[in-house]
Amino acid sequence: MKKGYFGDFGGQFIPELLMPPLIELEQAMETILPTEEFQTRFTHMLKENVGRPSAITYCPNLSKDLGLDLWLKREDLNHSGAHKINNTLGQGLLAKMMGKDVLLAETGAGMHGVATTVAAAMLDMKAVIYMGATDVVRQAPNVGRMRLMGAEIVAVESGTKTLKDAINEALRRWLSDQETTHYCFGTAAGPHPFPTLVREFQQIISKEARQQFMDRNEGNLPDVVVACVGGGSNAIGMFHNFVPDESVKIVGVEAAGTGEPGCYNSAPLDRGTDGVLHGMMTKLLQTEEGQILPSHSIAPGLDYPGVGPEHAELQACGRVDYTTINDGQAINAFKLLSRREGIIPALESSHAVAYAIENREQLQGKSVLVCLSGRGDKDLGILDEIL
Amino acid sequence: MNPMQVKIEEAKSKGKVGLIPFLPAGFPNREQFWKELEQLDKAGASVIEIGMPFSDPVADGPVVEKASLKCLEDGINLTWIFDGLKERKGQFNAALLLMGYLNPVYQYGLDKFGADCKAAGVSGLIIADMPLEESDFVKEAIEPHGVALVPLIGLNTSKERMKLYSDGASGFCYFVSVLGTTGQRESLPAKIKEKLKEAKEVFDIPIALGFGIKHPDQLAEFEGLMDAAVFGSALISHIEAGNSSTQFMEPWQ
Ligand SMILES: Cc1ncc(COP(=O)(O)O)c(C=O)c1O
Repeated sequence: MKKGYFGDFGGQFIPELLMPPLIELEQAMETILPTEEFQTRFTHMLKENVGRPSAITYCPNLSKDLGLDLWLKREDLNHSGAHKINNTLGQGLLAKMMGKDVLLAETGAGMHGVATTVAAAMLDMKAVIYMGATDVVRQAPNVGRMRLMGAEIVAVESGTKTLKDAINEALRRWLSDQETTHYCFGTAAGPHPFPTLVREFQQIISKEARQQFMDRNEGNLPDVVVACVGGGSNAIGMFHNFVPDESVKIVGVEAAGTGEPGCYNSAPLDRGTDGVLHGMMTKLLQTEEGQILPSHSIAPGLDYPGVGPEHAELQACGRVDYTTINDGQAINAFKLLSRREGIIPALESSHAVAYAIENREQLQGKSVLVCLSGRGDKDLGILDEIL
Repeated sequence: MNPMQVKIEEAKSKGKVGLIPFLPAGFPNREQFWKELEQLDKAGASVIEIGMPFSDPVADGPVVEKASLKCLEDGINLTWIFDGLKERKGQFNAALLLMGYLNPVYQYGLDKFGADCKAAGVSGLIIADMPLEESDFVKEAIEPHGVALVPLIGLNTSKERMKLYSDGASGFCYFVSVLGTTGQRESLPAKIKEKLKEAKEVFDIPIALGFGIKHPDQLAEFEGLMDAAVFGSALISHIEAGNSSTQFMEPWQ
C-alpha cells in the first residue's frame, strides 16, 4: 500500500511548500516518538496533568430506562474537558523535542484550541489558534479560557467561518511560519502523517477502556462500542484496540444537522462522496463539481464537511458501521444523561449517547460502551437559546 | 516541445522575460473575462494562466481567494471554461495553462479533463495541492493529450526534490518566490537568488518566478536566473480598480 494511505484514502494532497515540514514531522515521528525519553515524559504528563487513566462509568439509571447496559469512557474527566488533550500533549512534546517554539492549531468547538493552549503553556511554548468567526461566538467560554492561558486567537472571517475555514487559514499560516511552528492538527484527518500520528496519541482511549471494561465484566468484551465522528479522532482512539475483536460491533455516529430534508449536515461518511480536501483523499460533502459544501451541526466540533481517511477505509471494508443522529436527538441525549446520571456531555458526545437511546430496541440486553469525548459546560450558551 | 516552453523561449530570444498573467476564470465577470484574455494576449503574454475557481484555495492569499469565490458564486465551472476556450480556439497567440486545486478536476474526471484540454487548446496544468508524491495518476491521464503538469517548487525545496520534479517535466517550472500564499509583497526574500541558481542547474526547461510579483523593476536582480514572471494578485487588484489589462501590461513591454 502507498505510504500514508488507508486503502484508497489518505495521502498528502498539499502544496509542495508544505512537504518539507510534513517530511520533517514524519521523520520526528519515527525517530523521537519511540525513544524512552519521549515515552517517559508523555506517560508522566498523561498521568500527572491529564488525569489518566480516565474512568469508565456504568450508568445505572439510564441503563434501566433503556433496557441495556450503558457504559461511558469518561474523556470528559480529562484536564481541559475532552479527549483533545491526549493529542495536543503528544504533538506538543514532539514539537518541543523537534526544536519548535510555537503550536499552531485550528479549532471548531474550541476544545482543541483549549487543549493546544494548555500544552503550549505546560511546555513553555506559544499557542496560535485559528477559529471560525461563527464558532468564536458559539463557543465563547472556550475563547475566554484560551485568552486567559495566553493564546493568540485569530477569528477567521473567510468562507463558512467554521472549522473548515479555520483549517484553511491555519495551513496558510503554517506555509509562512514552518521553521518555528508546529501545526498541531486537532483530529485524525489532514495529510499524512497526521491521521496516523493523532491515532497513535488517541488510541490510549480504547487501550484503557478495553481493559477497564473486561476488569468490570468478568473478562467479557462489550457488545457495542460507539463514538461520535467529526474529524474522527476520539472515534479512532475509541475504536483502534477493538478493531481486531470480531465480536464487538463498532459504530461511528455522524451529525445529521437539523434532520430536515435538504438541510446541511456533517455526515460525509453517510452522505458524501470521494474527494480531496485538506491534504487527504476521503469522503466529503461536495457538489458534483467538486466544490466543498457547507456543513451544519449544533455541535461545533462535528461541523466539518470531511472526515479522517481511516474512517473512510473502515467503512469501505465494512468493519465499522457509520450512522447519523440529528440535532434534536442529540439535545435529547444531552438532557437525559444530565438528568438521569448527573453527567453533562458535550453536544458532540451527545450524538454518541443518542445512538444508544434511539436504537434501544435493537440493543435490548446488550452492553454498550460509549466514548464520552468531552464535557458540555461549553455548550450551555447554545442550549440556553434552545431550552 | 510543449507550447508553453516555445512561447517563453520566443520571448527570451527577443531579450525579454516571458510574461505569465494569471486571472481566475470569469473574472471580473463572465463577459469581461474573455476581453481581458484578448488584451493580455495582444499585450504580449507568453502563457496565460487561467484559474479554475475552488471553494477552499489554501495556497492563495486574500485577493485571489476573494476573486475566485466571486467567480464560483457566478456559476463558473470547468464546463464553462472549456466551452469558452473551444469557441476561441486558435485565436490566442499565447499558450494556455489552467491552474487550480485537485478536487474539481478529479470530480470532472481526469481523462475527460485531459481530452477537453486538448480540444480547447490548453497545454498546461498546475494543481496547487498536489506534490510530487501524489502526481502520477494525474500525469498519466493528461500527458497523452499533450498537457504538461507544471512543477511548483520553492525556497524550501531541496535540490534532491528539484531533481525528482525535473525528471520528465515539460513546459516550464514554477518557482514560488515566498514561503506563503499568493499576494503582492513589498520586497522578496533574499534567499531566492541562491535557490533560483539551484533550480537553473537542475531544470532544462524555463523557470518562471511567481507569487508576490508586482512590477517589472522587481525582476532586475534575478536577470539570467529566471525566464518568465507570473503575476496574479497585482493584475486582479488593477482590474478591480477599474483599469484595463492592456494598461497593466505596458510597463512590462
Ligand atoms: C467533545 C468533543 N467531541 C468530539 C469532537 C470531534 O472531534 P473528533 O471527531 O476528532 O473526535 C470534538 C471536537 O471539537 C469535541 O470537542
